[in-house]
This record gives sequence, structure tokens and C-alpha cells, in this order.
Amino acid sequence: MIDNKEEKLLEPGFIAPQVVPQPAMPTVRELILEVKNLTVSFGEEKVVDNLSFSLKKGENVAIMGPNGAGKTVLLKALLGILPYRGEIKWSESAKISYVPQKILPEKNLPLSVEEFFKMKKAGREQAKEALTSVGITDERFLKKMIGTISSGQLQRVLVAWGLIGNPNVLLFDEPTAGIDIGGEETIFNLLNKIEKERNLSIILVTHDMSVVYGFADSVLCLNKKLICHGPPAEALGSEGLKKLYGEGVTFYKHEH
Amino acid sequence: MNTSYYISLITAIFIGGAAGYVGSLMATKKMSLVGDVLSHIALPGIGLGLLYGINISLGALASLILGIMLIWILSLKTELSMESLVGVVFVLSLAVGFLITPEEELLHALFGNISAVALSDAVAAVFISIVVFIAARMIYSKMMLAYVSEDLALASGVKINKYNLIYLFLIAAVVAFGIKVGGTLLTSAMIIVPAAVARNVSRNMRQYSLLSVIVGVASAVAGFAVFPFLTARYGLSVVSIGPVIILASIAFFAVSLLFKKR
Repeated sequence: MIDNKEEKLLEPGFIAPQVVPQPAMPTVRELILEVKNLTVSFGEEKVVDNLSFSLKKGENVAIMGPNGAGKTVLLKALLGILPYRGEIKWSESAKISYVPQKILPEKNLPLSVEEFFKMKKAGREQAKEALTSVGITDERFLKKMIGTISSGQLQRVLVAWGLIGNPNVLLFDEPTAGIDIGGEETIFNLLNKIEKERNLSIILVTHDMSVVYGFADSVLCLNKKLICHGPPAEALGSEGLKKLYGEGVTFYKHEH
Repeated sequence: MNTSYYISLITAIFIGGAAGYVGSLMATKKMSLVGDVLSHIALPGIGLGLLYGINISLGALASLILGIMLIWILSLKTELSMESLVGVVFVLSLAVGFLITPEEELLHALFGNISAVALSDAVAAVFISIVVFIAARMIYSKMMLAYVSEDLALASGVKINKYNLIYLFLIAAVVAFGIKVGGTLLTSAMIIVPAAVARNVSRNMRQYSLLSVIVGVASAVAGFAVFPFLTARYGLSVVSIGPVIILASIAFFAVSLLFKKR
């Protein structure tokens, strides 16, 4: 969880705490994130250039774009671990957690899974609960060295680690789509399940179109600048894709 | 065996334990050579201390802190890795150290001299070792997380730069107060070797950090146990305690290879 030092977005309820219950209106979902004119530079080069968008609570967002488009950089700026110009406002209720792209612990790193969870102040029971959420129920797993578990298990562990502290926003950097995380499950089945169980917003970077269509409520296409933003079917018309990846890219939409 | 033998023994036990403990963080940071090299940054301070009759531990500490600040500033201003910057400051220190340290004292600076250890040195070393141990324990888990993934650590609110700096100062303290007993070579060995031994055989962080301390202490004890026999045979002027302790720790390392986990 990062300390959110940004100016907080006031929820409507805070402005006039004593308001009488509103008559039934078309529910406008509360914004959880508002980004204005966000620019991240490495030296002279603008890696993210003047980005503005906002996200509603509970919305699942896919960030996509070609390599070097600034996707991971955007994620890190949102986490507050990279310096940026512009505004990033998380709502007061946002509890953010982060699942990194991948980590490569050395094989003989003297660190057990249980100790890895302890680093986030999670006790044995909490660790067990989070691991159960990602489909790991064997208790002996906690004693394993983190460098010796398979990459699929490691991916699960990282997701579980992200779930510690009950976040309501999960920032997820490019889970490898094809990764075999064991069983019949893919990482996206898993995310779908977690999202439903825990009612959280997932913001993820991905290259995988089936994920974008199957999982995301909206897509944010990025190539340093914001190219498109909206529900996948609208934002990723063939025009949008051409703009994002250049000519010659077509994609067959899966009908689920 | 005289009093200075026991005073040095106690100093070495505490320094060995503290060095082993902070060293266990070093070995996971791909920075074990930094620890080795860092201890030699003490040389110019030792030289100045000897020249002007100041306590060499204080001279060493001053020179280490200066060196660390220099490395720190350079690492923030340039894109160079910590390792190469430490390398540059290392050769600088070595050159300056060799130029100003009186020749007959140079060996003591490198290998130590137990007859030069006064009670006050031992008290200071014990005190510093305990402080270093407690401070290292406080940052241990965060440093380890940063080693597993810097992004994860940063996203969890760990100020990596701050902890790295604290960490370097802890090493500086161990080196400065261990120098009188075993010289700069001893402290650098005590930072590297116990952690390597522990890493060969431990399956988790608790075992690893505990074993690093134990091997650090055991090396000191074993070195001092053998030392009287060597001095009886070859004379005190020939044998220094530093190399003997280092050889003892290497013996532990050899044994650990036999029990290396798969």
C-alpha cells in the first residue's frame, strides 16, 4: 500500500454530510482515479506525454500499447514511485496494491514464502487466506524457498501478496498471458474470480487482446500519448488499432 | 596469555557477530565486493590517525564516512553502478592510504595488532556492535524486500535510498571498530564469508541471518584459539590475528560446501 499523499478527491458525501438520501437517480459511479496532464520524463525524453483520463470505482481497465509506449511507467507513476508532472488524484477510499511484472529470485535465496508474506506484516493466517484466494491450499507451501517454486506458482504468490491488506485497487503489470499457473486455470480466470470475490478494481497492463475483450470494462491505449480510451469494442475499432500499432494490424474479435 | 589477548578476543567476537549479520544483507545485495572494498576506504584515516596520534578507529570512521558520502553523491549524480563507484573511491583511498601510512604501520592497518587494543577500544567496539546489530535488525526485512523486488519495496513505501545509506554507515561502523584487532582485511572477510557459509546451508531468512552471526562469532573464537600456538611457534611479530581468523572462517566455508543444500 502506498501512502497517498496526493490531494484527495472529495466524495460527494463529504461535501454535505447531512444530506438526506437522494431520490433514485441513474447511479453515477464515484471516480476512483483522476489523472490530469500527466507527463513523465526520463531526461529529455517524454515517456508519458500529457495524459488525462479518469476511472470509475469498480471499473476494470486494460492499458495497452506497443513496447516502449510507457505502460509500465504509467503504472509506476500511478503508484507514486516515479517522479512526474501533472496531477494524479486517487480517491480517499482507494487502497492500492501492486503486482509487479515478474521477479526473479535467485534459486538459493534464503527466503521462505511465509517470510515473504511477513515482509508485508502478514501473519501465517493472513498468508494462508490470501494463498487460498489464488488457489494454493497446501500448507507446506509456506515453508518453501521462494526461489524454488515454479514461475506459475510465483505469479500466484505475487497476486496473493498484492491481496494482503484488502486493497480495492490492484495494479497489475503485464501478467504473462500464456503462463501455466497450474491446473486448468489461466491467470485471467484467476483475476476474474478474485475480482468478483473481493469486489476490487483491477488496472492491468496487457498485450493480450482476448484479455482486453474478456476482462476489461474499458481500455486505455497508450503510445506515449493517449491514443484511445473507452469500452474495448468502441475504442479498439480497426481505426484505433491502426493508430496504436500502425497499419497492417487486424484482430479477430472473439465471440464469447 | 595476557590481558590484551582477552580484550582483543571479546572485541573480535562482537565485531565478528555484527559483521556477519550486516554482511548477510550484503551477500544478498550482489554487493559483497562492495563490503570488501569499503573496508579499505578506512586506510587514509588510519594513516592520518597514526601520523597525528589520533585514535585510528576515529580516523577510520571519518575516512569511511567521507568515502561513503562521496560514493553516495556520485551514485545520485551519475548513472554508474554502486559497484564501480566504490571501485573508484577504493583505489583512491588505497593510493592515499599507502602514501601517508608509515610503512611499519601499514601491515598493522591491513592485518591488525592485538597488542594495540586497549580496554576502551574493546568497550567502544562492543557498544558499537550492539548498536549496529539492532539497527540492522530494524532494516533487515525491508532491505530483503528491496532485494527481491525494488518496485515492490518502493510501492510498499520502503525508501530504498535511505536504507542503503543507513546500511553503508552500519558497515562503516563495524569496519572502523574492528580494525584495531584484525585490520581492514579481517573486517571485510567477516562481512563476506559468514554470509556465504550461511547461504550455502540455510533454507530461510531466519536460519540465514542467525547462522551468519554464529559463523562470524565462531570464526573469531576459533582464530583466537589457534593463535597462541602459532605465536609460540613463529613469534608475535610474525603472526597477526586477522589472517588466522579469516582462515578459520574459510574452514567453515569449506565445511558448508559439503552440506550445501540442493
